[in-house]
Amino acid sequence: MGLKVFGFKGGVHPFHRKESTQDKAVERMQAPKLVYIPLQQHIGAPCEPLVKPGDHVKLGQKIGQPKGFVGAPVHASVSGVVKEIKQVPHPAMGQGLAVVIENDGKDELDEFIVPKDIESLSAEELKDLILEAGIVGMGGAAFPTHVKLSPPKDKNIDVVILNGAECEPYLTADHRLMVENPRDVVDGLKAIMKVLGVKRGYIAIENNKPDAVCVIANAVKSVPGVEVIQLKTKYPQGAEKQLIYAVTGRQVPSGGLPMDVGVVVNNVGTAAAIARAIKTGMPLIERIVTVTGGGVAQPKNLLVRIGTPFKDVVEACGGLLGQPAKVISGGPMMGIAQYTLDVPVIKGTSGILVLTKQEVEMPEPGPCIRCGKCVEACPMRLMPLFISAYALKGDYDRSEKLHAMDCIECGCCSYICPARRPLVQSIRTAKRVITERRRRTASAK
Amino acid sequence: MEPLIVSSSPHVYSEDTTARIMRDVVLALLPAAAVAVYFFGGRAALIMAISVLSAVMTEAVVQKLMKKPVTVNDWSAAVTGLMLAFNLPPTVPLWLPAVGSAIAIALVKQAFGGLGHNFMNPALAARAILLAAWPVYMTTWADPIRVAMSAAAADAISSATPLAILKGMEGTEAQLPPLWAIILGNTRGCLGETSDVALLLGAVYLLWRRVINWRIPFSFIGTVALLTWILGPQGLFTGNAIYHIFSGGLILGAFYMATDYSSSPVTPKGQIIMGIGCGIITSIIRVYGGYPEGVTYSILLMNVAAPLIDRFTMPRIYGEVRADV
Ligand code: SF4
Ligand code: SF4
Repeated sequence: MGLKVFGFKGGVHPFHRKESTQDKAVERMQAPKLVYIPLQQHIGAPCEPLVKPGDHVKLGQKIGQPKGFVGAPVHASVSGVVKEIKQVPHPAMGQGLAVVIENDGKDELDEFIVPKDIESLSAEELKDLILEAGIVGMGGAAFPTHVKLSPPKDKNIDVVILNGAECEPYLTADHRLMVENPRDVVDGLKAIMKVLGVKRGYIAIENNKPDAVCVIANAVKSVPGVEVIQLKTKYPQGAEKQLIYAVTGRQVPSGGLPMDVGVVVNNVGTAAAIARAIKTGMPLIERIVTVTGGGVAQPKNLLVRIGTPFKDVVEACGGLLGQPAKVISGGPMMGIAQYTLDVPVIKGTSGILVLTKQEVEMPEPGPCIRCGKCVEACPMRLMPLFISAYALKGDYDRSEKLHAMDCIECGCCSYICPARRPLVQSIRTAKRVITERRRRTASAK
Repeated sequence: MEPLIVSSSPHVYSEDTTARIMRDVVLALLPAAAVAVYFFGGRAALIMAISVLSAVMTEAVVQKLMKKPVTVNDWSAAVTGLMLAFNLPPTVPLWLPAVGSAIAIALVKQAFGGLGHNFMNPALAARAILLAAWPVYMTTWADPIRVAMSAAAADAISSATPLAILKGMEGTEAQLPPLWAIILGNTRGCLGETSDVALLLGAVYLLWRRVINWRIPFSFIGTVALLTWILGPQGLFTGNAIYHIFSGGLILGAFYMATDYSSSPVTPKGQIIMGIGCGIITSIIRVYGGYPEGVTYSILLMNVAAPLIDRFTMPRIYGEVRADV
C-alpha cells in the first residue's frame, strides 16, 4: 500500500460530523415486536408476496419473490406470524406494500439455511446464491447485486472496486464494518471477483478513516490481486463515477455504465453481506445503521433487522432528544427526508439522521450572484447555474443541451451556493421531465 | 410532535451566503480605507461615507419603486458604494460620490435586474461616466497630507501621478516617487488605489475566505507585468514592470473590480481569459493610449465579453463523448 492518495476534480468539504459514532462498536439491536418488510426495496417492480396473513414464518424464510430479472427476493427478518400485508409508509417511496410479521422471539431458523464455502462453489452457484439471498447495494440505492454481476458477454470486466469511501457526513456504518469485520469484506470481494472472473480488486477508503485503511490493508496482505486505495476525503468521493476515476483513471462515458469501462463497483457493506450469506447461509435480513444527529440521545451504530420501524431504532438509542426538526434516511447530502418515524428500515438504509432545529437550515433563495462556486464544485463539471436557470423557466431542451442528464444529483452545487439557489432540486425536476419525454418519443416510434 | 420538515436533499449547506461574502469584501476594503483617511484626511472618510450611504439608499428606493423586495441587508450596495469611493480622487466635491453611487446602483445595477444581472461592474461603469461628465473633478489630484513625514518623501512626490511619469507624459523618470511610497500609498491617486499594502492585505483575506480565487487577479497582473516589461519606453524589455504593478489602480482593479461576480466569467478557464484580456488592454492603454491609466476601461471591456467567454469555455464534462461542440 503506497502513501499516494487518489481523488477527482471538484467536490465539496462539508463538516464530517462523524465524531459521535465513528469510535462506537456496532451493537446488535434486539428484534422488535413487529417488523414491516416492504415488498419493494428499490426501483423496479415490487415482489410478489409468498405468504398470507396467519402464516407462520421462520427466520430467513423467503416471503417475497421478484417478478423480473431486475429484482431481489425479500426474507423474514424474524420468526413469527404474518399479521397482515398492507400499505405502510416507505422511506424511499412514500408508501409501499409490506409484510407485517409479529415476532415470536424464538428466531427459529428456516431449514434452507446451511453454511457453504466460497472455494467449493462455482461462479454460477455463487451468483445464484447472491440472488437467492436477496443481496442488494447496501450503499443506499439498493440495486440488486446479481444484476450488476451479470454483465453482457461483450463487456470485458477487469476491475472490481469495493466502495468504502463513506463520504456522506454523519455516516459511520461502513467505517465500523471495515474496522470490526474486515474478513467478511475481503471474502465478499473474493466472491465477487470469482463470479466475474476478475483478477484485480481494490478496496477504496477515504483517508479520514486511517484505522479502517490499516485493518483492511492487513486483511488483504495475503490476497493476490487485491489492493487498498486511499482516497482524498471529500464529497462525493464515493459516487460511482468519481470513485472509478480516482481508482482507475477511467471515465465512464456520458450515458454509460461502469461496465462500459470494465469496472464493477460494490459497496463494502454489500461485499460483507455476500460473505455472510455464503458462510452462514442466512439471507440479507439485517444491516448496520448509523443512528445519529443532534436529536438522538445516544448516537450509535446498530445492527438492525430489516423492517424495524425508525421509531423503535431511535428508542434503542435512548430516544429523541428534544423536538426533532428533520428525520433523514441516509446521509445529509443525498438522503431522503421522512415525514414520519413509522417508516421501516430497508436494505438500503445506511443511516437514520435526526436533526434538531439548530442543525437544519431552511434555505432562503436569493438571486444568483454568478460567483461560479457551483461550477467549481460540480464533480461532473457541469454548469449548474445555467441548467437550473433554464429548468426553472421550463426550458428543458436547453437544460438537456447543457448535459442535465449527466447530473449525478450529488447536491454539491446546492450545498455550496451562497445564494441558496435550488440547483440540484430543479435539475432533478428537469431530469424527470427529460426522461419522461425520451420515453414517450421512444414508444411513439 | 410538530410535523417534520420534508424537503429534498441536500439537507446541509456551506456557511457561505451572499451577505457573508459581501460583508467579507467590505472587511477586506477596510485597511485601504483606513490608509486613505490617514494619508488624505477626514475628507476621505466623508467621501466614502457619502458614497456608501447614497448606494444603499438608492438601492432601497429603487427596489421600493420597482415593488421588489428590498435587499440592502445583503451588503452588496455597500460594496459598490465603497468601491466607487475608492475610485475617486480625494479632491472631488462632496456631491460627486452621491451622484456616482446613485448612477452605479440605479443605472448599472438595478436597471438590468439587480444583483447578479448587471453585465458591468457598477462602480467602474459609474467611474467611467463621472470621468466623461466631470473630467476636471475626476483628474484633480492632491498631495497626501503626510508628505512632510520625511524629507525624502517630500522630494519624491511630484505633481504628476507616477503612471503619467512612466509614460513620459509629464516629468521625467527621475521624478518618480520611490517604490516604497507608491506601495505604502503615500502618493497621488484615487482614494483607495494608492496603498497597495493595504489592498493586498485585504486580498489575502479574500483569497483565504475563498471569496475570490487566484485566476483573474494573478493572470491580470502577470500579463501587465510581462507586457509592460516587454514594451518598455526605451525599446523591448526595458519597461519598469514593478512600477506598473504597484502604480495606479492595478491592484485594486485586479483583486476587487475584475473579480466582481456578476460581470466576470463563471468558468475557471474563462476567468483566466478574463484576466489575460484585462492585462493586455491595460498594458496597451498604459503604453500607447491617450490616458495614463487603463485598468477601468480594460475591465469594462472584458465585462462586456464575459457572457461570450462563458459560452466558449464550458468545461468538458466528465465522460463526455465529444461528437458535437
Ligand atoms: S453557486 Fe449559486 S450564486 Fe454562485 S454561480 Fe452558482 S447558482 Fe449562482
Ligand atoms: S449539477 Fe448535479 S452533479 Fe453537478 S454538483 Fe449539482 S447535483 Fe452534483
